[in-house]
Amino acid sequence: MADSRSGRSDSDALIRVETLAKRYETAAGTTPPALNGVDLAIQPGEFVAVMGPSGSGKSTFMNILGCLDTPTSGAYYLDGRNVAELSDDELATLRNRLIGFVFQGFNLLKRISVADNVALPLVYAGEGKSERRRRALELLDQVGLAAHADKQPNQLSGGQQQRVAIARALSNHPRLILADEPTGNLDTHTSEEIMDIFTRLNRDQGITVVLVTHEADIAHHAKRLVRFRDGNVVYDGGVKGI
Amino acid sequence: MNFSAVTGEAWRSMGVNRLRAALAMLGMVIGVAAVVLMLAIGQGTQAIVNDSIASMGSNLFIILSGSTTSGGLRAGMGSAPTLTLEDARAIGKLPSVKTSAPVYSGTAQLGYGPNNWSTVVNGVTPEYLEVRNWAVESGRNLDEGDVRSAARVALIGKTVVFNLFADEPPLGKTMRIKNSPFTIVGVLEAKGQSMDGRDQDDSVLVPVTTAQSKLFGNPFPGTVRFIMAQAPSKEMMTEAEGDIGQLLRIRHRLRNDMENDFTVRNLTATAQAAASSAQALSFMLGAIASISLIVGGIGIMNIMLVSVTERTREIGIRMSIGAKRRDILQQFLLEAVFICTLGGLIGAMLGVAGAWAVSALAEMPAVVTGSSILVAFLFAAGTGIFFGWYPARKAAYLKPVEALRHE
Repeated sequence: MADSRSGRSDSDALIRVETLAKRYETAAGTTPPALNGVDLAIQPGEFVAVMGPSGSGKSTFMNILGCLDTPTSGAYYLDGRNVAELSDDELATLRNRLIGFVFQGFNLLKRISVADNVALPLVYAGEGKSERRRRALELLDQVGLAAHADKQPNQLSGGQQQRVAIARALSNHPRLILADEPTGNLDTHTSEEIMDIFTRLNRDQGITVVLVTHEADIAHHAKRLVRFRDGNVVYDGGVKGI
Repeated sequence: MNFSAVTGEAWRSMGVNRLRAALAMLGMVIGVAAVVLMLAIGQGTQAIVNDSIASMGSNLFIILSGSTTSGGLRAGMGSAPTLTLEDARAIGKLPSVKTSAPVYSGTAQLGYGPNNWSTVVNGVTPEYLEVRNWAVESGRNLDEGDVRSAARVALIGKTVVFNLFADEPPLGKTMRIKNSPFTIVGVLEAKGQSMDGRDQDDSVLVPVTTAQSKLFGNPFPGTVRFIMAQAPSKEMMTEAEGDIGQLLRIRHRLRNDMENDFTVRNLTATAQAAASSAQALSFMLGAIASISLIVGGIGIMNIMLVSVTERTREIGIRMSIGAKRRDILQQFLLEAVFICTLGGLIGAMLGVAGAWAVSALAEMPAVVTGSSILVAFLFAAGTGIFFGWYPARKAAYLKPVEALRHE
């Protein structure tokens, strides 16, 4: 079932990790490793669901993939580049251009308008004001929220806020979307709507999607499932029959 | 990230917590207002001192004759008749001296019609007005002809005009000095108080020769009470002092083992001391006021640290979508600078208003200069950068993953 990796050379992989490990030092001493030597490759255009009980290391894994955290040991190649060798600024640029984040709690800035939230990555990409506005409206239109551009985020429902967050993640044409329990705060119906958006982005635009969830229904939208337990990958294969 | 976008972000986040920004700003407002006001008061004091120095004449020496001793009784400085008009002329020709002016003075009763008045009458040469930095308001100065012929002509000061002539125009009138008639050829412009509080306008100028021969009956013909001399610049003062001393020793035929029979005094040195103490006062006031600016700056740092902690999650979100450390640093630094410069602007306005009120109500001089406002303003902006730097750096060096996890 692990056929998605076979037949392709690893150098083509968008994401490749080798013996990736992460330990947290606490005052009480070293805790059991959050990640314990993970090897994995994800090709461009894949739609991967990451599952596992809490404490299994899946969130740590996602943070490392998103260049928000660094591994204790092991290597991470993103788009063929060794992330450990990149400077803070280069990592910021990767987060800005290559990666789009979608979080469980939406993580919109409360004090600025919906359109400004969507355009925020463009601010850091150095785009001018009128271009930011144009692009924000275009993206909001894609997720069906063009009419709400000038509202504040807290005037929107949870599902709407998550769609704003997706629009924000798409603003710099990312090749990879990392979603950490994007439907965790949403009801079933809204969750389906959000998953439809991810499915369309993956199918129509070829964007690679890696998504953490603990609901089997959600994971079924993906094409490949990676299951974590105690810092190790215990399953890597198709999504049928889970 | 472009600058206008960063300023926009900083401006917006300052507006979010208005009360807090306003309180932080208040520290800057008070600090800058205090600096502007204190500098204004200091500069006002300095202006008064400088005015009185200018009214005295600049780079001045006064040369007094030595003392006489008769029967063991020493009569004090200026009593020995050793200085002459010729000495004065010779001093004036020294290359290190610009002008010299001999003075032969005394007190005399003046009269005009039914009025009379007692005042100082100075016998002088035409150069006197130049040395004293004084001008004729109407009429003319004394001239060489007046001195040569010991003419009975006089220049009178404003106080004398007021006491003798009241509203009558004095020019061309004849007044009495010690009961001899003198024609008034000029009126001196008002000069005000001297540094020691004398009314400089309460005086009459007549040709030195007239004073010697016709007013104060001189037992030693040709001698004067003192000579004023002016050096061309402050830098020439030392050289001029030496030259004058040497010249007078030669002219007075003093042997090497004999003491000087005259004294050269540097008048400007006293004035300079007064000026530098006024400057010290001004500096001290400014220094005390800048302490309040520093306190204000610490207030800003405090507020910014709270703000960084409160917005840790926001910083994490910004980092996750591509903000560089530099962008975060700029955002928080600019916020602090905004608060400071805006506070500085308001403070400068308050300071100017305060200076105006002080000079109007307390009758204390307060001079606001553009440079003191600029200094206070730049200081405020500098305080913003200095005290905003640490919190901004703290924000910029948060770890993205930890900032995002922050509740």
